[in-house]
Amino acid sequence: MKIAIASGKGGTGKTTVSSSLAAVWDSPVIAMDLDVEEPNLHLFLNPGFIGSRTAQMEIPEVDPSVCNLCGKCSDLCQFKAISLMGKVLMTFPEMCHGCGGCIAICPEKALTPASRELGEISWGHKGDTEFLMGRLRIGEAMSPPLMRQVKERLGEMQDTSSTAATRKDVIPKDVIIDAPPGVSCPAINAVMDSDVIVLVTEPTPFGVYDMKLAHEAFTPMNKPMGVVVNRAGLGNSEIYEYCNAKNLDILAEIPYERQIAEAYANGIIISESSDKMKHIFLELAEKIKQKAGSKNAGVVPRE
Amino acid sequence: MDKIAVTCEEPSLDSQVDPRFGRAAGFLIVNPETMEFEFIDNGSSQVMAQGAGIQAAENLSNSGASVLLTGYVGPKAFAGLNAAGIKIGQNLESMTVRQAVENFKAGEVEFAGASNKQGHWK
Amino acid sequence: MNEILIISGKGGTGKTSLAAAFAHLAENHVICDLDVDAPDMHLILKPENTKSVDFISGHEAKIMEDQCESCGTCLEMCKYGAVKNEDDRYFIDPLKCEGCKVCVEFCPARAIDFPDRHCGRWFSSDTRFGPMIHAQLFPGEENSGLLVSLLRKKAKEMAREKRLDMILSDGTPGIGCPVIASLSGISLAVIVTEPTPSGRHDLERVAELCGHFKVPAGIIINKCDLNEKEAATIEAFASEKGFALFGKLPHDPAITRAMINAQAITEYADNAFTKQLTEIWERILQSLKPDNKPNKQSGFFNTPFIKTKIS
Repeated sequence: MKIAIASGKGGTGKTTVSSSLAAVWDSPVIAMDLDVEEPNLHLFLNPGFIGSRTAQMEIPEVDPSVCNLCGKCSDLCQFKAISLMGKVLMTFPEMCHGCGGCIAICPEKALTPASRELGEISWGHKGDTEFLMGRLRIGEAMSPPLMRQVKERLGEMQDTSSTAATRKDVIPKDVIIDAPPGVSCPAINAVMDSDVIVLVTEPTPFGVYDMKLAHEAFTPMNKPMGVVVNRAGLGNSEIYEYCNAKNLDILAEIPYERQIAEAYANGIIISESSDKMKHIFLELAEKIKQKAGSKNAGVVPRE
Repeated sequence: MDKIAVTCEEPSLDSQVDPRFGRAAGFLIVNPETMEFEFIDNGSSQVMAQGAGIQAAENLSNSGASVLLTGYVGPKAFAGLNAAGIKIGQNLESMTVRQAVENFKAGEVEFAGASNKQGHWK
Repeated sequence: MNEILIISGKGGTGKTSLAAAFAHLAENHVICDLDVDAPDMHLILKPENTKSVDFISGHEAKIMEDQCESCGTCLEMCKYGAVKNEDDRYFIDPLKCEGCKVCVEFCPARAIDFPDRHCGRWFSSDTRFGPMIHAQLFPGEENSGLLVSLLRKKAKEMAREKRLDMILSDGTPGIGCPVIASLSGISLAVIVTEPTPSGRHDLERVAELCGHFKVPAGIIINKCDLNEKEAATIEAFASEKGFALFGKLPHDPAITRAMINAQAITEYADNAFTKQLTEIWERILQSLKPDNKPNKQSGFFNTPFIKTKIS
């Protein structure tokens, strides 16, 4: 089961919920940070990192001695990443979306694949919890290609036949995804492969408005969805009215308390900050499993 | 003498120089000896979501001009124009195309070694 | 003309609430909400007389089923996993399509159409604080960076037309394409952070991004009493790397009450918080004065140091 922790608005508590869920989950779990622009989950889980690799995207490189300046590549490119300037074929690597069209269409085979660095993928674990994250290179504009590669790495970690599976005995079956904020392509990319979406919001006008956007954006995917109201008691009741009207279940409420904000500010996993909090997240974990219709959430024994 | 391209708001020597290169309305390609000109429409760049400067440089690279007079040029268009062998005179806004060409003929235009504008995009 | 952008890296640090207060305090300005993905500024500013324009950008591939010969070339060539095959029927997932045209070009049956993509709307409005440019991207759309560039252009046109000399923009979280598009070539980035591990981590990344694009930047530490030690670390970071520290603000629930009242905090309350905020705005304006213009040579990350004094 893959659980995406998402929100329209930033700063509503996605990382709080992701880290707390990973801490209370009743079986080994993979915690995956797909907020590659500003990944924060590791700051709370504090995993020991055991490996990393650079994520690259394929971009074209021109061999001017072979290019006959026919311009087919430049006509095809939708992103102005390759362009015929008089008698020179130029590439603009940072414009490239890596579609590979130019390389495929070149009749002279004058273009070969080179690469642009997107960022870094790192993994490790903390106790029973496997950890995986992507971190976008500063100055790189495109996060979805890096997110795709982080998800590929997840596939390797879950593949029992792969050497990338770090665990000898069991493969964690459940994945908790810390998604980026917003409702545009990076957020959609993070939740599209999940089995259940948890929307984390706060009862403020910004929180409600952005959660509506997220709810509308994710509804066409037909996935079970539920809501966690963070900082409950802070604002007004609009969020409850909306959830009620839309038949959205409220899976948990995390109270608005200064101690919680301070615990977060000190890098403490909220479910570990008190028994009361632990209980809230244990219950949330149960409700998420019910929501996803998964009766046998747990681990797959390795053959 | 080489032909000169000037960014313009409309197809006339008395048009103001369009300060933008990538999203200029068009270019006048002027013969500085006779002051005869032709107009190249830059509409294909104006509508582009991204890479307008690159598209405009591409449009210009096929025009036969070897000099460009304009307001400002972004870094990617600058690289493209350089590759196409077109010299770039910047900061020539707030005057007419005719004045810009006269300035050029009087040797008053300096040619830039670098872009004078950060890209919008990157 | 001065273009000031309020950003944060991390979401939820109070960026929009502070931006709305600055919109209230500023004069002769155009307000611009560059968070086109999850915009919130309008909830406080209540724009009126809104003119709406469709935002069309790029294209999307569509397989014309009646002409498709199910050869699978598109599926094989798509780098984005956007082509799906079910029961020998091929179709394209619009959420995954990047609009690269590769499938359209290589389809042997010429069975793929490539229509324009209607990605959202942008608006030009009036508010009680001045004219406002804003937008709403449709859910799941990309190209938000392009919409951001378009909004900035429209805001500049609006400022020129109305003879206003400042554009005050609210940015988006993160450091990716919309942030890059909002940052390049502006006069000043005001980074709103909070003293939490995430706040600091994200501040460092967004600050480095400002350096990458040679944009002068200053910092506001919001909710600074949540973790005094972390706040001090952020302060040290600002001074070491040459970013101005515009000020520190306490954690104040009045911010939420103002939001519920659809008011800027400076309209809603007259307390220590709003007094400090007003002083911060004065410092921001000071930093834009010609004498204080950033010195391009100093500062780490190439980020110019802004001279401000904090009492």
